[in-house]
Amino acid sequence: MDKDAEVQLARDLLAGEAGAFDRFVGYFRAKVFQYAWLMCGHREDAEEVAQETLLKVFESINQLREPERVRPWVFRIARNACLMKRRKSVFAPAQELSLEALMPSHEDRLPLQIADWTALPEDQVLRAELRSALDRAIAELPENYRAVVLLRDVEELSTEETAQILEIGTDVVKQRLHRGRLAMRQKLDDYLRTAAPKQEVNR
Amino acid sequence: MKRPETCEEVFALLSDYLNLELPPEACAEIESHMAGCDPCVEFAESLRKTVELCRRYQPAEMPAPLTGQARAELEAAWQRVLAARKPL
Repeated sequence: MDKDAEVQLARDLLAGEAGAFDRFVGYFRAKVFQYAWLMCGHREDAEEVAQETLLKVFESINQLREPERVRPWVFRIARNACLMKRRKSVFAPAQELSLEALMPSHEDRLPLQIADWTALPEDQVLRAELRSALDRAIAELPENYRAVVLLRDVEELSTEETAQILEIGTDVVKQRLHRGRLAMRQKLDDYLRTAAPKQEVNR
Repeated sequence: MKRPETCEEVFALLSDYLNLELPPEACAEIESHMAGCDPCVEFAESLRKTVELCRRYQPAEMPAPLTGQARAELEAAWQRVLAARKPL
């Protein structure tokens, strides 16, 4: 569903239109579940976050004054529901990624040693192996960075919307996004160096 | 803003560059650096593809089907809000 369809769905729901309820639930339940699953790492927690988020959404739907902002509004509620479910990480120190560690390996200076990214499929359906590499790359990001990458790059929210949802400054969003992306790039680079050439041979 | 003259400086600004969140002068500096630096072009392309993959990412996990009880709980909340809006 594109953004326009999503906004229209929110308008229909606000208007109390029959049919909007099930469409809204079907669409946002899957989105919130997937976000919560990637943030919490537990299916049971993610199911509960999805239900609690939707319940809060319906209870406070009158507060959605701008249907254009339905996605960040729902994710703000989902983020809070996720925080309530945090398990072991509550007392774990936040892990920081350093820019230097994410520089590609190089001797002396650049040129950079990186894998051949031209082989990466650009077609609609990602290969299962690539998706699983992406699953791992996202799951292995430190939580602070994963939260930003999911909202900015997966949900395509703006820097400002992400900052509001996470209650951090826009500069922090930008910094974490950049380092999170670099860490993911590095993991996918490792995947392309190892898994991808084998697939070429097997073809 | 510091001018991106070296690969490391370009490296630090790449996400802002890809997000179109840099001032035009800084973009011009990056492009001028890249015009003479193939490794930076290649690196920027790999970062762009990482972002592109995230945008098309569909997690394999889907929620279990909504139970009748959970659906009823949500619908009741929605109906309460709609009912409260109607004039007495």
